Amino acid sequence: MVRESSIMKIHYYTGLAAIVLVAIHILFRLTVPEGYSASLEYENVIANYKNISYSLVLELILVTVAIHGFNGLRVILLELRQGDGWESAVKWLCIAGAVAVIVYGTRTILLASMMG
Amino acid sequence: MKENREGIKGWLNPTRYGANRFAYWLQRLTGLGLLAYFIAHVIETSNIVYGKNAWEKMLAVTQTTEGHIVLMVVIGMCVFHAANGVRLYIAEHGKGIGRPGRPEYPYKPTSLGLGMKACIWVSVALAALAMMYGAYVLFGEV
Amino acid sequence: MAKRVKIRVFRYNPAHDTDARYDEFEVEAERWTTVLDALLYIKAHKDHSIALRYSCRMASCGSCGMLINGIPRLACYTKVYELGSDVVTCRPLPNFPIIRDLAADFTAFFAKHKSMKPYIINEVAESIDGREFIQKPEEVEKYLQFSYCIKCGLCYAACPTVATDRRFPGPQALAQMYRYLIDSRDKATDERLRIVDDRHGVWRCHFAGSCSMVCPKGVDPALGIQLLRAYLLGMNRDSKVVAELYRREPK
Repeated sequence: MVRESSIMKIHYYTGLAAIVLVAIHILFRLTVPEGYSASLEYENVIANYKNISYSLVLELILVTVAIHGFNGLRVILLELRQGDGWESAVKWLCIAGAVAVIVYGTRTILLASMMG
Repeated sequence: MKENREGIKGWLNPTRYGANRFAYWLQRLTGLGLLAYFIAHVIETSNIVYGKNAWEKMLAVTQTTEGHIVLMVVIGMCVFHAANGVRLYIAEHGKGIGRPGRPEYPYKPTSLGLGMKACIWVSVALAALAMMYGAYVLFGEV
Repeated sequence: MAKRVKIRVFRYNPAHDTDARYDEFEVEAERWTTVLDALLYIKAHKDHSIALRYSCRMASCGSCGMLINGIPRLACYTKVYELGSDVVTCRPLPNFPIIRDLAADFTAFFAKHKSMKPYIINEVAESIDGREFIQKPEEVEKYLQFSYCIKCGLCYAACPTVATDRRFPGPQALAQMYRYLIDSRDKATDERLRIVDDRHGVWRCHFAGSCSMVCPKGVDPALGIQLLRAYLLGMNRDSKVVAELYRREPK
């Protein structure tokens, strides 16, 4: 069984990594010369996805924020109610939630980066 | 015997035990809010794979005044959660909370000293500033 | 100058009552009147059936903790005047089962304290024939503050995690764990860290600081818990050197 300290160390590091990665993500919206709205235009967004480094940043955000967020939810739910059945259900629900979001987001990144 | 546990009311009320308790409450609420936004954001941006029309349809829904207000709240939540999270990271590694000593009346706890309080209010101020900047960017172009 | 205040006392007997109620009493409070003084006056002159626990009347025994105007406090350590209100509401400490009225059951609280092994664990021991551990003042200061805990339960009543998590040891127990962990006479560091590195252990503290806010003895449990967690995270590991046993030379 994974020790709680190992899980919470991952929580710390994903949190710290997410700060840097999300900052980069937001900068990509703010540094387009034509302005924020223009940065969201279809062609600009597709161009972002075709930039391998930026896609990698998006994928890392997806993984770090999903792990950090769903572990945070697990912590809150564990503190809310106790019992072996509940705690096991919370654990698997949070793992499934994180995996589902990562898979769905990765699919978007892959498909968008391959679009013509 | 009646159990008399405070239950969820215990952490829903942020007004009783000073700045740290307020920060604890806000960290939780912003955490939950950000997780909800994160999931919604992953879903909304997936519209890109269905082509230009689907993407513009999504933008027509989210790039509105209501959408901008939601985004401003998200910016505030994000900045507070990050800044306060760094404070917690440092405190939970035993830094910036003082050292044990010989307590003397009136027993002011070193862990709740000015440094920690200042960090909490700086986190709130940074969140407010980021929200204002967000409003400037989001509404400034209209 | 004396002022008249209204004392609202929570009344509930789980053996007979289906609902709790408040009984109200008017008392004269001087500048020096404590909430415990007021309650004992009511008990002696107005209603002797009120159940409350107290002993030393000087914040040493930790018996008279209760929720006074919404905050956990020692009744003997809280003056009516300092509350700044003409109404004083007394309830039993939250997060403790109610025995009756203001008396709370500390069984689970003490069991959690005990589960932290609140004693020195070392295969060698001091003895009356002159063997003793030598500790420097700075080594004593690492744990002394936490050893002032009087187990009054105020921190446990204020903690937002204890409010919902019945498996969480609470601030009192975790601060005591640090008190023994960092004591240079104790050798059970790994065993102690294993106990608190649990799903419902030290990680369920989120530094809300409410425990330290209400502690009447300056123990600062939140400080102890953060230092315990920091130790678990590998910080300050070199700060503990296990003391050796010395033989005192006869004078």
